[in-house]
Amino acid sequence: MRRTVFPHKLLPWLLLAPQLAITLIFFYWPAAQAFRQSVLREDAFGLKTTFVGLANFRKVLGDPAYLNALQVTVIFSALVAFFAMGIALFLAVQAEKVIRGKGFYRTLMIWPYAVAPAIAGMLWLFMFNPSFGTLAWPLRQMGISWNPLLNSNHAMTLVVAASVWKQISYNFLFFVAGLQAIPRSLLEAAAIDGATRRHSFWTIVFPLLAPTTFFLLVVNTVYALFDTFGIIHAVTSGGPGKSTETLVYKVYNDGFVNLIMGDSAAQSVILMLIVIALTAFQFRFIERRVHYG
Amino acid sequence: MADTTDSPLAPRGAGRAIAHFWMILGVIIVAFPVYYVFIASTHSTSTILRPPLPLLPGPEAAANYGEAFSGRIGQIGGVSLWRLLGNTTLVAMGIAIGKIAISMASAYAIVFFRFPLRMACFWLIFITLMLPVEVRIQPTYKVMVDLGLIDTYPGLILPLIASATATLLFRQFFMTIPDELLEAARVDGAGPWRFFKDILWPLSLTNVAAIFVIQFIYGWTQYLWPLLVTNSNEMNTIVIALKKMVSFTDAETPWNLVMVTSVLAILPPILVVVLMQRWFVKGLVETEK
Amino acid sequence: MKTQALWIAGLVAMPFAAQAQTEISWWHAMSGANGEVVNKIATDFNASQSEYVVKPVFKGTYPETLNAGIAAFRAGQAPDIIQVFDVGTGVMMAAQGAVKPVAEVLEEGGFKFDKSQYLAGIVGYYSTPEGDMLSFPYNSSSPVMYYNKDIFTKAGLDAENPPKTWADVWTAARKIKESGAATCGYTSTWLTWIHTETFAAWNDTPWATNENGLAGQPELEIDSPLYVKHFQELADLAKEGVFVYGGRTSEAKQNFTSGECGILTESSGGLGDIVKAGINYGIGQLPYDETAPGAPQNTTPGGASLWVMGGKSDETYKGVAAFFNYLSQTPVQQHLHEQSGYLPVTMAAYEATKASGFYQTNPAREVPILQMSGKPPTANSKGVRAANLPQLRDIQNEEYEKMLAGQQDAATALKNAAERGNAAIKEAYGN
Repeated sequence: MRRTVFPHKLLPWLLLAPQLAITLIFFYWPAAQAFRQSVLREDAFGLKTTFVGLANFRKVLGDPAYLNALQVTVIFSALVAFFAMGIALFLAVQAEKVIRGKGFYRTLMIWPYAVAPAIAGMLWLFMFNPSFGTLAWPLRQMGISWNPLLNSNHAMTLVVAASVWKQISYNFLFFVAGLQAIPRSLLEAAAIDGATRRHSFWTIVFPLLAPTTFFLLVVNTVYALFDTFGIIHAVTSGGPGKSTETLVYKVYNDGFVNLIMGDSAAQSVILMLIVIALTAFQFRFIERRVHYG
Repeated sequence: MADTTDSPLAPRGAGRAIAHFWMILGVIIVAFPVYYVFIASTHSTSTILRPPLPLLPGPEAAANYGEAFSGRIGQIGGVSLWRLLGNTTLVAMGIAIGKIAISMASAYAIVFFRFPLRMACFWLIFITLMLPVEVRIQPTYKVMVDLGLIDTYPGLILPLIASATATLLFRQFFMTIPDELLEAARVDGAGPWRFFKDILWPLSLTNVAAIFVIQFIYGWTQYLWPLLVTNSNEMNTIVIALKKMVSFTDAETPWNLVMVTSVLAILPPILVVVLMQRWFVKGLVETEK
Repeated sequence: MKTQALWIAGLVAMPFAAQAQTEISWWHAMSGANGEVVNKIATDFNASQSEYVVKPVFKGTYPETLNAGIAAFRAGQAPDIIQVFDVGTGVMMAAQGAVKPVAEVLEEGGFKFDKSQYLAGIVGYYSTPEGDMLSFPYNSSSPVMYYNKDIFTKAGLDAENPPKTWADVWTAARKIKESGAATCGYTSTWLTWIHTETFAAWNDTPWATNENGLAGQPELEIDSPLYVKHFQELADLAKEGVFVYGGRTSEAKQNFTSGECGILTESSGGLGDIVKAGINYGIGQLPYDETAPGAPQNTTPGGASLWVMGGKSDETYKGVAAFFNYLSQTPVQQHLHEQSGYLPVTMAAYEATKASGFYQTNPAREVPILQMSGKPPTANSKGVRAANLPQLRDIQNEEYEKMLAGQQDAATALKNAAERGNAAIKEAYGN
């Protein structure tokens, strides 16, 4: 806890006011509306409204499709987080190893971060469509009957790959930064002790990267949960069957396409609770790290 | 950045060659889709429609880019691409700067002052860390209508400032500022404003840069909200314009111009990341310390 | 209001419209070349008179446009005209009070609405059972069959006589694959719209009870033997690799434009891309099942129509009426039809196009009209309607995909689709 502070009483409120105002208007008000709608059954235009209590929640939670979406979400998020972080860490370490061209590699590596999800989705469709995709063709030649339109595993692979691709840059930058923050003296000491490079990576570097890794784990999980919506929407639309329908995609599909407002709102509320839990978890962790870090 | 000094991780000889191999492979995989758009933007529509696409630039580059810039693309309502790029830049800048301003102010209040309900305020803001626009679209739209902000730049910008990520990052950074600094400043008779201006702001610059990059790109790539809140072609962003041109269903699509517009939609944010990457990484290194 | 004016004055360089004109907002989902057509129609209408200004606004895909309209309606700022896709028709019809029937708007605006001047198959779909037109058909299309003449010749098929029945299509598709003329014989967009809903009308077999939902709450009958037979044939062809599945909506068109597939069933509105791709193509009418009595019956329109929102001023409605009246004029309809590939709405426009000799050079454009108006519609062929049609299509797509992936046979897929669909219908209609 900070010992020295400014004594003003009114000033902090003035400083907080804009953020609080925006948060209340654009977060709490819509969230309250979602809560309200989650206990109503309503037509799309809001012309007929009935109060149904928790019926929407019961219906959503008892729906096998929702449980399926939950399962898909867990698998999808785990895969995306694991690969996006694993590949980025691997490449960041390689980038540390090279001397010439480090800046060049890094510059090229961060491009995808700047690509809008709407564009990324279109691109992936163009590249991997089973019949005309530029990259689907070599897959076919290699004897893989690539068909994400009907094969759920292929579809999952495709959306995971697209989502991972989009996130590698961000993770890469953080890992590069994390690696550079590790004191050189520690590594040099390890080298004198005769530890092999591989050994010193796992025993010294990786533990020291833990804060970065954990931060990225939360960021990547949230990314996989929410920000991949655009990619899934463009690439598979949740199919084949429901094999790539995540929780957020289902909120969108039920509310936005099928116009079942109550169900969609109930799902939003559940999602909000999940996010708040995740956030609180992250907060506690970061708080501890600041104290000891 | 220590690009030329030897990292203790750095091997010699074969090990380094292997590292180069992995980096090249990584770069090819990661940058290929962006390259692909560029290639597609230099071919004719019929080449694009009859894949697989060639891997080298085609002969139509000048024609495609010329048409996109001079010919006024009909689908986007006769608005020039410059106008769209200008709008998008303004929105992305507005979001980035707005977010930095309000989140720095609130993080400053939370870290350097003591007042009742301080932690309650922090939590109130903090919980909003991640809430996608999709989930809150209808009520947010109503608020914008009531405030008369439909089809305006504030309407495009304000709702997207409402997230706590930047506040959190600034708070984390401010907490690493040693107490001694503040004590010394107060002994010198510095008030909150002078402390901020003379000490905190210079120290925060790299963080500001990192957050600027993140938020600029966030603002640049928005789609659903700008679509809802704009009614006139003159207010569109480049991503919306792109969507207007593409029709996967019934109508024919000028794919060559779509690809040119995609390149233009990708290029500015890439430039921002690339030009600011040094600051960006430095900012992160300092936050992560 | 004051702030708004300030912002606009300060930040936006808006072209100023003349003071006395009434502005009419028209939200639409037309992208690509069709978006240009929308802009041209609005510009021409605005130039044709000085009282009203129609202002078209692109609002994304069909679902995005509908949602933007709903959000705006709930915020009290609904547009005057909104374009809603065919599957949203049920939703709009249920929203009494939110919309104003087009027939009413036209009559109040001083224009006579004469049903007989319109193409019955199209207008019927957007009317009440009593025949009052609720929305104005803007872009209507109907599925047709496209085939690649080069591939046909290569496979030893008659490129001037495309197959007429599904059985013939299957034979031709197998021949294309076996002869090596192409790697895929047949593909299709929209299995729901083309192989389920249009299949019902074209083969005069019910899609659901209550006149396919037009007369009341429907109960799906898509698991009847004719569908089972048809889908089992599709599944078998998929297994042989003769039929290639392209996706839930229009994606399969690319399998055809890339020259991979020899035959494609797709909306008549999809012609543009096929022309652009430079394929030597031919168009035939949608195949039918020769074992179905009465087939071919007639096809039904897909596409979208323009709805007028409720609660606007009389002046606005007068403007909307004037605009719709302008839209139905023969030269406008003829232009729209020839430019966009969508069907004309009025008989007069059809006759005028025919007289101009357009169909001699573009016979493909007449195929969907002939299909749609060849016979007076029966109870099975007026179209399908359900308040939750998008959801029903989702369910069908999921079951069809499982079937095509070889996880279940056609009978199971259709039974599941019908049962799950009927449960969803009960939920949607509140019983």
